[in-house]
Amino acid sequence: MDVKAIRQMFPILDQEVNGHPLVYLDSSATSQKPISVIEAVENYYRFDNANVHRGVHTLGSRATDQYEGAREKVRRFINARSTGEIIFNRGTTTGINSVALSYARANLQPGNEILITPMEHHSNIIPWQQAAKATGATLKYVPLQDDGTVSLEDYRKLVTENTKIVAIAHVSNVLGTINPIKEIAEIAHSKGAILVVDGAQGVPHMKVDVQDLDCDFYAFSGHKMLAPTGIGVLYGKRELLENMEPVEFGGEMIDFVSLHDSTWKELPWKFEGGTPIIGGAIGLAAAIDFLEEVGMDNILDHEQKLADYVMDRLRTVEGIKIYGPEHRAALVTFNLGDVHPHDVATALDSYGIAVRAGHHCAQPLMKWLNVTATARASFYLYNTEDDVEKLVDGLLKTKEFFGNVF
Amino acid sequence: MSFNNLETLYRQVIMDHYKNPRNRGVLEGDALTVDMNNPTCGDRIQLQLQVEDGVVKDAKFEGEGCSISMSSASMMTQAIKGKTVTDALKMSKLFSEMMLGEEIDSDIEMGDAEALSGVSQFPARIKCATLAWKAMEKGVNDK
Repeated sequence: MDVKAIRQMFPILDQEVNGHPLVYLDSSATSQKPISVIEAVENYYRFDNANVHRGVHTLGSRATDQYEGAREKVRRFINARSTGEIIFNRGTTTGINSVALSYARANLQPGNEILITPMEHHSNIIPWQQAAKATGATLKYVPLQDDGTVSLEDYRKLVTENTKIVAIAHVSNVLGTINPIKEIAEIAHSKGAILVVDGAQGVPHMKVDVQDLDCDFYAFSGHKMLAPTGIGVLYGKRELLENMEPVEFGGEMIDFVSLHDSTWKELPWKFEGGTPIIGGAIGLAAAIDFLEEVGMDNILDHEQKLADYVMDRLRTVEGIKIYGPEHRAALVTFNLGDVHPHDVATALDSYGIAVRAGHHCAQPLMKWLNVTATARASFYLYNTEDDVEKLVDGLLKTKEFFGNVF
Repeated sequence: MSFNNLETLYRQVIMDHYKNPRNRGVLEGDALTVDMNNPTCGDRIQLQLQVEDGVVKDAKFEGEGCSISMSSASMMTQAIKGKTVTDALKMSKLFSEMMLGEEIDSDIEMGDAEALSGVSQFPARIKCATLAWKAMEKGVNDK
């Protein structure tokens, strides 16, 4: 994998920030976009823009072909059985909310349980809190091991006949933990529960085969995998989606409308009320082309080496505390001595290094870690060992600076 | 940006207030209590004010956050103690203007809080600096 050549496809990386070459280490928040994605979106708006599924005219056909072509591309990319199982939406948050609003509201009753973990992003906690409140079901948590992983033994104990929904992140956005989705799906199914996966940090970084994982729902966001913001995907098994009510009602999603009643289109369109995110879907298709050309296995391999390297190098920084397991995705959450993570992030930014600081939309996890905030450096296919060196160098300078002013 | 630019933000007086906060703690007896947080970053402050006859007699805070938010809380409590509520609110307005990079032209003495003027060059950190002032405004307005 030629990372130097890959970097050339990302014009944004070639700039100075605060007088230093940009080192972008915030891809877990959002990834940068290659020229091919930017051009695909631009070309759509420049030459083919029209609404989909209703135009008799030529541009309408072109837009529809590209939009539905993107759906087929996503289906193949995650190996879903049919395009009816691929729902385009705004992102992971919308996907999980759809399941919580439709499936959970219809299938939960008092005494039922939803099982999640403390490592979840808020978008995989709050929809379930709300579903539990609305239905009288109970929200339960699988405990975390000391290193920030989950134990299948705990799942075997905690998943019971009362459990109806199990939800978990494929990859933790804070700890970098890669969760055993396939095994958890098996345990959930053995008691008749379904498994909902927050795939926001999974799909961008590794080959995901939803049939092999056997998850029931898998939600992810385009913008974390080189595509524009505003486009996301909810995969769901057809038999579940068939029996679910739409969440949004209006144009695009109807079959027949009379004065007092209406019927819905078939899958997946019954879940896509309103004019869809056409340009975003086309950008997502171009992003998948880019990722597949590099190869998802190559990307994973590159990131695993980078993850090992960054762990080795960061550990040499005196006073650093790293959170999460040894084996992890390519992201590292840490604190630098007594220096508050916001101050670390401001100092690193002054050296051109972009990291995230704060609670990472995971307040329950911050509580579990017994911190109020942390800093996070996250890596993608365009990052290099040189970026890691610059991070280490930036951290040493940050320590020196705050050591001096304290 | 180098150390020099970082130093326009992290002035010595700011780090002194961060390391040795003034008025940190809890007020005894009757006091207005305001809890406020910055949901985007997790900074949190509990501010207590003792207001008598329209004058801020005492102010104390507890909280967790970065050097900017905590030093600002320390400086704010120091600045408003002994001032009338009207003046405290005027100071808060001046502070917000300072965060927008505006020149402050007023008879009101802002004290150490003026050292935070450099924050205006760091837009992502303005909310850290204004947290304590917003808490104070909420406290006296809700009263």
